[in-house]
Amino acid sequence: MENQTSILNLTEEEFVHPGNRACSGCGLSIVYRTGLKALGKNTILVVPPSCLTVLQGLYPVASTKLPCVNVTFASTGAAATGVRAAMRALKKADVNVVAWAGDGGTGDIGIQALSGACERGEDIIYICYDNEAYMNTGVQRSGTTPQGVLTTTTPIKGKLQEKKDVPAIIAAHGIGYVATASAAYPLDFYDKVKKATTLSGPRYIHVHTPCPPGWSFDTRYTIKVGKLAVQSGLFDLYEIENGEFRLTGASKNLVGKARIPVTEYFQTQGRFKSLDQEIIQKVQEQVDAKWARY
Amino acid sequence: MHIIESGNVAAATGVKLSRAQVIAAYPITPQTPLTEKLSEFVESGELAAEYIPVESEHSAMAVCIAASTAGARAFTATSANGLLYMSEQLHWAVGARLPIVMCVANRGIGAPWTVWNDQQDTISQRDVGWIQIYANDHQQIIDAVIKAFRLAQTVSIPVMVCYDGYLLSHTYMPFEEPAQSSVDSFLPTFAPTHFLDPENPGNFNTVTLPDVRPDVEGVIAPGYIEIRHTLHQDLRAALDTFVEIDREFKKEFGRGGNPLIEEYRCEDADFVAVCIGSLSYQLRDVVDGMRENDVKIGVMGVQMYRPFPDEAIVRALAGKKGVIVFEKALSYGNQGALYADIKSALYKSAERPFIHNYILGLGGREIKTQHLLDALTASCTSPDTFEDAPRWIGLKL
Repeated sequence: MENQTSILNLTEEEFVHPGNRACSGCGLSIVYRTGLKALGKNTILVVPPSCLTVLQGLYPVASTKLPCVNVTFASTGAAATGVRAAMRALKKADVNVVAWAGDGGTGDIGIQALSGACERGEDIIYICYDNEAYMNTGVQRSGTTPQGVLTTTTPIKGKLQEKKDVPAIIAAHGIGYVATASAAYPLDFYDKVKKATTLSGPRYIHVHTPCPPGWSFDTRYTIKVGKLAVQSGLFDLYEIENGEFRLTGASKNLVGKARIPVTEYFQTQGRFKSLDQEIIQKVQEQVDAKWARY
Repeated sequence: MHIIESGNVAAATGVKLSRAQVIAAYPITPQTPLTEKLSEFVESGELAAEYIPVESEHSAMAVCIAASTAGARAFTATSANGLLYMSEQLHWAVGARLPIVMCVANRGIGAPWTVWNDQQDTISQRDVGWIQIYANDHQQIIDAVIKAFRLAQTVSIPVMVCYDGYLLSHTYMPFEEPAQSSVDSFLPTFAPTHFLDPENPGNFNTVTLPDVRPDVEGVIAPGYIEIRHTLHQDLRAALDTFVEIDREFKKEFGRGGNPLIEEYRCEDADFVAVCIGSLSYQLRDVVDGMRENDVKIGVMGVQMYRPFPDEAIVRALAGKKGVIVFEKALSYGNQGALYADIKSALYKSAERPFIHNYILGLGGREIKTQHLLDALTASCTSPDTFEDAPRWIGLKL
């Protein structure tokens, strides 16, 4: 996919009110604002408990100018199914039904409902923002926390297990569109969401969202940290369209070029400070082996 | 039109006549034939609805919650562990004030596994805020489903229509299938004032603070406790609403008249046997026999268990000599839930009858008429020997 949108032609229409309850430097708030621009007005959102619930504000004030139903943690994929079923039953075809959930809400507690929706071929867009831990409850490990990361439930040794590859699991359902993106490249994310709105069936976008308090870095470095994750080859931007994999954007530009060592990415964040040399070496080898296949 | 069919098919037919628009279900014994029938209705085109074969009961209720929030008439059905798996969603559906209707074919709860009938599943969910209606035969099942959709959307509270697994779900009985045109005039289209609408966006089920809070225009919005208080008040008011809806149903279809409790030979009775569900019809045989031996006894079936029809129950039982409550469920570590509720309701009446509690039929243990006769005879002839604790019927210890 070639990027089509630039900051010059990005729509000025906003669907997120300023002054919402996100932390400063929040990667989610970047992609939420950008993603809703891509989705446009004719959209219904489905949101489980997550940082987004907080970002959206406390009753009776809401920060989102789109209809949104808050649902239980494990039910997002099924709830989006229900909205779409109602749209069909009520003959309201031309609506984007969009689930927007965190990594724990997607890859851990929500994976059953999401898997069911993918298997049934539900006509929904599912956006997972991946800040790599349970941030809303105060930085506990999730299945998508990388190995070695310090969280409040892996407080001394860091997480022992590797990160669960959720987009690969979703892609294994054989759905038509799976993409990854990063808050550090919001226009690439915009274009992927926009593209998803032109397709039908289950569409899944997994977006990496750096989290200053959870990852322990200064709020001004959100974009820098996000870019390092991509440029070190750890988090790759790609699309899998009808089974065909291709790197996109900044990741595509890395092919055949020297990548930044992963340790430079690790050094930007306090959450990696207990990483030993052995794990750093292993991760670098894994990244090198992955890129050798690209 | 009279047909002979199973209780599950009676329920499915009621759902079809009520023109449910979104149906989501996951199979569990003994509810399964109901959802099979509904999927057949949808696939054959007899019912213009979306049928979503979800991957769990939790998701079944998620689909119903979301579809109902979007403005569609939603239905699901389950039993036993399936009901408990969606328990979080039951709370969510009622907190969101969604007029979902669900059938529950009552079944015992594991562990150990049992697929047979008792009522522990729905009785354990009595405090979630759903309206619970219990049917005693197939006619009551189909009628209750139609009334439930009307009640749910009138009071914006979801309704469970419960019936005994196997005893009703899988047995065949004749019942009258109402005409579609009559159901259409009785049950108006679901037209909510608030729904998911891009033209008028709203954020549903937002985080709500302990205290009240002004909106952007300074209008004070309720806090969590006010919202829950309103739910409780509306649930209490639903008792009268259901009586009114039942009256209109009787006008249209000629059936009904006992929406909250169903009394049999109670008028001149000294003693009243009380229970929930099909057991009340079995008890009628016992009562008829005892009447032949000059024991003045009747039966009361509790048709609506939540909201609890305490006033109707007190009217029916105050002044009697004795009340004997039979239950296929238990508030473990205490007493039968219905027994405790009835005792509580009678506390304020001047003439309190003695009240006994029997637990029976758990996990499908056969309820023998002789057992019921023995229990009622013991209660009526030597009431003073009873403690304020349940006696168990048919135990083989």
